[in-house]
Amino acid sequence: MKSTLATAAAKGAAIDIVSAIKRYGAFTALDDVSLHIEPGEFMTLLGPSGSGKTTTLNVVAGFTEITSGELTVGGTSMVGVPAHKRNIGVVFQHYALFPHMNVGRNVAYPLTLRGVGRAERERRVARALDMVKMADFAHRYPSELSGGQQQRVALARAIVFDPPILLMDEPLGALDKKLREWLQLEIKRIHRELGTTFVYVTHDQEEALVLSDRIAVFNHGRIEQIGTGRQLYDEPATLFVGKFIGDSTVLRGEARVSGEETAITIAGETVTTRRRIADGARPVMLLRPEKLSLARPGAGAGGRNRLSGEIAEAIYLGSGSKYEVRLRDGSTAIVRSPLEAESFAIGDAVSLCFAERDAKLLADDDQADLILT
Amino acid sequence: MPMQKHTRLILGLVCLLVAVWLVAPTLVVIPMSFNANKSLAFPPVGFSWQWYENFLTNPDWSSSFFNSLKVATLVAVLATVLGTLAAFGLDRMRSATASGILRMLLITPMVVPGVVLAIGIYAVYLDAHLVGTLGGFVLAHTILAIPFVIIAVSANLEVFDKRLETAAASCGAGRLTAFRTVTLPLILPGILSGLLFAFVTSFDEIIVALFISNPYLKTLPVQIFTSITRDADPTVAAVGTVLFLATSLVIAGGLLLGNRRRKS
Ligand SMILES: Nc1ncnc2c1ncn2[C@@H]1O[C@H](COP(=O)(O)OP(=O)(O)OP(=O)(O)O)[C@@H](O)[C@H]1O
Ligand SMILES: [Mg+2]
Repeated sequence: MKSTLATAAAKGAAIDIVSAIKRYGAFTALDDVSLHIEPGEFMTLLGPSGSGKTTTLNVVAGFTEITSGELTVGGTSMVGVPAHKRNIGVVFQHYALFPHMNVGRNVAYPLTLRGVGRAERERRVARALDMVKMADFAHRYPSELSGGQQQRVALARAIVFDPPILLMDEPLGALDKKLREWLQLEIKRIHRELGTTFVYVTHDQEEALVLSDRIAVFNHGRIEQIGTGRQLYDEPATLFVGKFIGDSTVLRGEARVSGEETAITIAGETVTTRRRIADGARPVMLLRPEKLSLARPGAGAGGRNRLSGEIAEAIYLGSGSKYEVRLRDGSTAIVRSPLEAESFAIGDAVSLCFAERDAKLLADDDQADLILT
Repeated sequence: MPMQKHTRLILGLVCLLVAVWLVAPTLVVIPMSFNANKSLAFPPVGFSWQWYENFLTNPDWSSSFFNSLKVATLVAVLATVLGTLAAFGLDRMRSATASGILRMLLITPMVVPGVVLAIGIYAVYLDAHLVGTLGGFVLAHTILAIPFVIIAVSANLEVFDKRLETAAASCGAGRLTAFRTVTLPLILPGILSGLLFAFVTSFDEIIVALFISNPYLKTLPVQIFTSITRDADPTVAAVGTVLFLATSLVIAGGLLLGNRRRKS
């Protein structure tokens, strides 16, 4: 038992949030959130603004107490344990370096508090700064560093005491795109090297896909779905998840369910799929841009689902083309076609084709549109 | 637009005039302190060090000086500790209205006319036998000095980023440790200026001091006041000169130190 604890401390700890509810007065910020995170996993909390990502992170960090529910880290309950006794590293969006200490003393701060001796402290500070490639800056003050450099120092400060868990709340939110992409790879590398459990908050779905082992998609204080990036993209559990991850086309129309088949009629044209969803819910079809293809009206393979429309926008991407197709009912479909496919110009009349198996059938949710627009 | 030569000249002259106007009353004291005669006439006649000698040797003067120093030092420490804690508490109160009302209450000694306060303090001190005691002086002056500390420290707390305390907690610092290692160093400029204000407030306070002094314990301002109302003793000018030089040195030193710290 003792040895497993020791390795867990060095390698990363599991986190279990069970039925967590957080209320601020009458407002429910976390509404029955349950989340299990494996030791050493890179878990990203993804969702729109105000969906409860930061609140969840703060609950794990100990900055906020849940109104009800259970939180365990490495099998030990953390409810009521103050933040400074949890031994969890945190990186903030606003860096939060101590302006009166230089880089070296900032990074040494957690070790000083833990009474680590001078020689050992210097060794570990040097190692942490090395890891974030900031070894040459130990004597600078935070005000003398760029945003990206400050965030790397903040990361060093959060990992220097070998916490079993590292929490990051939009750490790259204030940085430009180039720097962000580079630091994403750095964070991934550090995660691999340390084996620590990472919990990462972002509202950028691309960042989530780049970094994570698994992603928890938040909406309105609830988790809509937890899964790998691929699972979320290929098998979204809700319309919200489908629209939040990746580009998508939603087909909404008059739905008719017969046996195991669902048909949707949009402005006189009917498309079908051999799926069905629970009775009572209004079904919509969700289609990914690379699963859609375009053909001249009347041409192309028969027997597939077809909808007529008109090219509203054509964008050449180098690796292929992206089209926006205006359908008869006024809605827009997004299509990605490979280089070798026939090309179309704005205003061309086209048929939008897709295979039955590529149409995801989901329950309609008007809220999903509201949040994303 | 570059400034024209004569505009510059006029600007310089005006500045000089204002500077002279502000400093002249203080500077007049310096020649007067070397007066050979026992008079406060200006311009002075002759030259002598006798008033400085009198300041150092006459127990009336030296003891009142040391009394003031003692009282002001104790007041500075006490008011700074209490004022800083109060400012911190006010800053962290949940209810903004309660915090506002409390702040107003704590700052009243600065707003209430000194005489009113002095009469109140005198009345209480008579009963409590605090007139002419060191404790009485320290207590009364601390009441007067606390508002200055609260204002100076609050100004610093206002711009202090509280999220740094959260960051300190995530590093393993309890609330007290976080306060000591993060908050305190960052609001130190405010605390130090509060300390200075508190010291000065006590050191040159006269209204309350006049009421609660007795022959056994009086502060320098009281001594100056009684001496000047009794006879025209140029020792007053000598004391004024010493104080002027001392405060100039302290402030110049403070400015230099501040500059050096900002550069490093
Ligand atoms: N101290 C508080 N008092 C009242 N409401 C709060 C408090 N903190 C957060 N909330 C509310 O809880 C909800 C969730 O907030 P949270 O900070 O977790 O959102 P988020 O998902 O991190 O969003 P963002 O991407 O904008 O950072 C928000 O609607 C917010 O207004
Ligand atoms: Mg947030």
